[in-house]
Amino acid sequence: MPWDELRPLLWTATQETFSMVGWTMLFTVAVGLPIGVLLVLTDKGGLLNARFGAASPVTALNRVLGLVVNVGRSFPFLILLVALIPFTRWVMGLFGQATAIGTDAMVVPLTVAAIPFFARLVETSVREVDRGLVEAAQAMGASVPTVVRKVLVREALPSLVAGLTTTTIAVIGYSAMAGVIGAGGLGDLAIRYGYKNFDDRTMTVTVVLLIVIVQAVQFTGGFVSRRLNHR
Amino acid sequence: MIRTTALTKVFRSRDREVTALDHVDLHVAEGEIFGVLGRSGAGKSTLIRTVNLLERPTSGTVEVAGRELTALSAGRLRAERRRIGMIFQHFNLLSSRDVAGNVAVPLEIAGVGRAERTRKVGELLDLVGLSAHAKAYPAQLSGGQKQRVGIARALANDPRVLLCDEATSALDPETTRSILDLLRDLRSSLGLTILLITHEMDVVKTVCDSAALMEAGRVVESGSLTDLLTRPDSRLARDMFPLGLSADGTGGTVVDITFRGAETAQPFVSTLARTYNVDVNILGAAVETVAGRQVGRMRIALDGTFEQNVVPIGYLREQGLQVDVLGQDTAARPFPGPTASDSDSASAVSATAGKDA
Ligand SMILES: Nc1ncnc2c1ncn2[C@@H]1O[C@H](COP(=O)(O)OP(=O)(O)OP(=O)(O)O)[C@@H](O)[C@H]1O
Ligand SMILES: [Mg+2]
Repeated sequence: MPWDELRPLLWTATQETFSMVGWTMLFTVAVGLPIGVLLVLTDKGGLLNARFGAASPVTALNRVLGLVVNVGRSFPFLILLVALIPFTRWVMGLFGQATAIGTDAMVVPLTVAAIPFFARLVETSVREVDRGLVEAAQAMGASVPTVVRKVLVREALPSLVAGLTTTTIAVIGYSAMAGVIGAGGLGDLAIRYGYKNFDDRTMTVTVVLLIVIVQAVQFTGGFVSRRLNHR
Repeated sequence: MIRTTALTKVFRSRDREVTALDHVDLHVAEGEIFGVLGRSGAGKSTLIRTVNLLERPTSGTVEVAGRELTALSAGRLRAERRRIGMIFQHFNLLSSRDVAGNVAVPLEIAGVGRAERTRKVGELLDLVGLSAHAKAYPAQLSGGQKQRVGIARALANDPRVLLCDEATSALDPETTRSILDLLRDLRSSLGLTILLITHEMDVVKTVCDSAALMEAGRVVESGSLTDLLTRPDSRLARDMFPLGLSADGTGGTVVDITFRGAETAQPFVSTLARTYNVDVNILGAAVETVAGRQVGRMRIALDGTFEQNVVPIGYLREQGLQVDVLGQDTAARPFPGPTASDSDSASAVSATAGKDA
């Protein structure tokens, strides 16, 4: 494909990728972060477990969350994407456009896949926060929400940012399959024009662009994470 | 100020049960520095952690500043905890916040406004001598400086009580000394009551007014240091003054002398020998600074039986010295006899008695 034709296609595809990944990450953090923290709080030795006792619904919540996260993580993304089509249509309906097709719709399966991925990373990060810090805050009279905000999340922040970076890159990878539901993006451009039409230039340019984006995300994430880390 | 009543904590896991605290009755008076000593696993940490209910006791009650903490709701307990400072062996500072930020945490928790927080943090950092390091992160500080931040943080909400769990165990002797000095100063200037846990006798000797010895979850001995020192059977006193001897193999009358303050300067041994013409054999002696005062203990053997030595012993007592004649009738002693709980040192004393009498 000549450059003049390729350029606007690249521009649109890049915008689509950014849009899909951006919205997905927003929802993923909003839902995945609380789930990850809850996985720790409700586990044995966790603050909520200690507060309400192991026999309370807290333990059941932990089991259910753990199971949901594991199931979510075991699906290959392509299968999840297709299997979720009815759900995607329903969710999009809530926003007044009942469709399972398009860039916006793609955000639904991407988010569903990214939440358990990110939640596990959050869980690991939060678990690594020194118990002594939690105890010190409790000794100062902090409530559980205060401990979560001022100690667990704040202390885990450098590691959470690293997890966010990893998740973003995974989502960029998943977003390449957006073509399946006609959502476009760079991955779709590479597959449709580059791979199926044997257009080496399109293929090379889109792949290089994706590499640059992933590198930029990794670099920024690493930089922010290091800046936040005072250990 | 702090009172525990029949405090018991049993840790249960699937296949075993550990009684970490076994009916502990502890009383820490207002304004005193109280040390709890014991070997590893004796239950010291469990004890201090139950005082602010970081650990819920299995049974028994905890009272701090007249409030029974064990009877409070979760919300009221959090409010009370703000008035109980705590410092830790590993400091437990937030690595994500600088020194000033760490000291501000308890103020934020208590809902203190920003301007007041800044003022109070400045004041606290002055108090612990860290004003120059307000913007440093914990990772950039030495152990002693970190513990100072911990102390400033613990004092942020003007507590009446300070709990210290092995607060100097991760520090070198010199730094330990400076932290202990700081604690002593704070006790006097702020009227704090301090409960500290340690496995170092030196710490108790340097700062404590009172001490308790724990063993297998029980308090086996407790009292003010000056009291303990006058108890011939006190294991704390014996550890404080490791004379490390028995009265075996010596003829004559074996006498332990405890003296303090100005008495240390008196040349009573030579006076005794000269005036009463008795042979004095010094079996062991130690002088220490306890609770800021010089205290010494000496074990001597006087030639002859007790009856032959009544007069020289009377002389020693006239000098205001604490004189403990090993192996004589307990009723005649001017100080408390062996406590029932301390059975093995009681039997050690009576064994010596058998030989000498
Ligand atoms: N959370 C827990 N679960 C089970 N057992 C525990 C727990 N905490 C303490 N124990 C047990 O209780 C006993 C007392 O422990 P504690 O930590 O109070 O001892 P310590 O005197 O502070 O010892 P150290 O000098 O080593 O710190 C030990 O046998 C310990 O194994
Ligand atoms: Mg301990």
